[in-house]
Amino acid sequence: MSGWFEVQELSASYGPTRVLFGVSFSLQQGSITALLGANGAGKTTTLRALCAMVRTQGTVTLDGRRIDGLPTEDIVRKGVAHVPEGRGTFVNLTVEENLRLGAYTRRDKAEVRVGLERVYSHFPRLKERRGQQAGTLSGGEQQMLSISRALMLRPQLLLLDEPSFGLSPMVVLEIFSIMHRINESERITILLVEQNASMALDLADSAYLLESGRVALGGSSKEMQEHDTVRRVYLGY
Amino acid sequence: MDAFLHQALAGLATGSIYASLALALVMIYQATHLVNFSQGEFAMFSTYIAWSLMQAGFPYWIAFLATIAISFVLGAAIQQIIIRRFQDGSVLSVVVVFVGLLTIFNSLAGWLFGYSIKSFPSPFPKELGNTYMSAHELGAIGVMMVVLLLLVIFFRLTPLGLAMRAASQNPVSSRLVGIRVSWMLALGWGLAGAIGSVAGMMVAPVVFLDPNMMSGVLLYAFAGALVGGIDNPLGAVLGGLLVGVLENLLGAYVIGNELKLSFALAIIVAVLVIRPAGLLGAIHVSRV
Repeated sequence: MSGWFEVQELSASYGPTRVLFGVSFSLQQGSITALLGANGAGKTTTLRALCAMVRTQGTVTLDGRRIDGLPTEDIVRKGVAHVPEGRGTFVNLTVEENLRLGAYTRRDKAEVRVGLERVYSHFPRLKERRGQQAGTLSGGEQQMLSISRALMLRPQLLLLDEPSFGLSPMVVLEIFSIMHRINESERITILLVEQNASMALDLADSAYLLESGRVALGGSSKEMQEHDTVRRVYLGY
Repeated sequence: MDAFLHQALAGLATGSIYASLALALVMIYQATHLVNFSQGEFAMFSTYIAWSLMQAGFPYWIAFLATIAISFVLGAAIQQIIIRRFQDGSVLSVVVVFVGLLTIFNSLAGWLFGYSIKSFPSPFPKELGNTYMSAHELGAIGVMMVVLLLLVIFFRLTPLGLAMRAASQNPVSSRLVGIRVSWMLALGWGLAGAIGSVAGMMVAPVVFLDPNMMSGVLLYAFAGALVGGIDNPLGAVLGGLLVGVLENLLGAYVIGNELKLSFALAIIVAVLVIRPAGLLGAIHVSRV
């Protein structure tokens, strides 16, 4: 088995506390994959481990090349964009400065301008607020900004950590439909961590279920939706 | 009236030197959110480098530019070799390191160059001066304005300047957009060293070169940076000028020369009590 993005035996710990115990999964290029699980199952840590934001062991390969062991900045430069938990907004900078930072690693100025326009077309509200200090945006707008900042990198792989967290159902719907559009139109592979399992499975092609730092289950979204345990525990019917 | 104007303009000239050093403080604050107490001594040491180069026969402007370059490298090196090891430590430990650097620079300069007071040349031709301001006073103001302009352009208009501001505000998110945060910190220290060296070379012809020449200047620069806002280059410059003028006028007409330095301390305390962000400092708001 060798997928486009392959994670093998990934372990991670915070100080002496181990959080992941040999997580393995793979992503197909151009797909949306959901990472499900209860609080504390290790979903966020998995995303953080992929970007070397925690101490890890195990191998991660992107398009046949190892990226584990690289520092965060270099993994990002390989085209892995991470929308972190809590959104990671540069609150004292303007909306547009936040977006320009997203394109920091890209040198072609004309392309960056095009990227900026494309992001504004996905999120017109950000264009209205381009000169505003980012910390004054609402939670939903900051989430849009955070996704947009990641898109400015022109990533191959987008890691999204609970984009629905703390947002109203309307805003969550909007953000999910935009994720769908981004995946379709820009062919960006998405790995999505979500508490809201039913929405995540509707959007994703396939999913993995994490329990206590291990992969308990994996399969296509349809298989997962029909699986007894997933239905009872995570979908609630 | 004429004497008053004279005092005010002379204050503007010393103020421009406070402003330059205040700019160096702002640089490190922008990069690390720390106030570098050793900035003055570092500037003094840089000035000795310039002096040595001139003693070795280099013309003024060559020595001037070389000193800026050397100070940049030295500043970046100090960050990479020393400060980096403490950046995750408590504020107190970093402050102790700053105080340590202050004493090291001071004694190193004394050991290498001696404690005797040396004269330091001014590069500006005498004809530049007029009845109100000397050539050096005008020149120092001009040099400071150029430094300010370059800094504003760097921070506002270049991607690197933006990345530096980002790295100081949110290092985690900065790494996630591919910024090499450690390099940004070194860059901030390097720039501060370079700007400080300019301040040192501008003040040395006035106060003469000796290892303790910056102790008073640093205090005024602190006051200036705080008045204007320690996170704002333009504010630091306005603050520095304001402190320079007030200090000169009060010294000449109200409190006398002996109490001038206490005046700087009074300003620092007053600003911290009344408006900690300074006149132009941004008061940041954020929703949660």
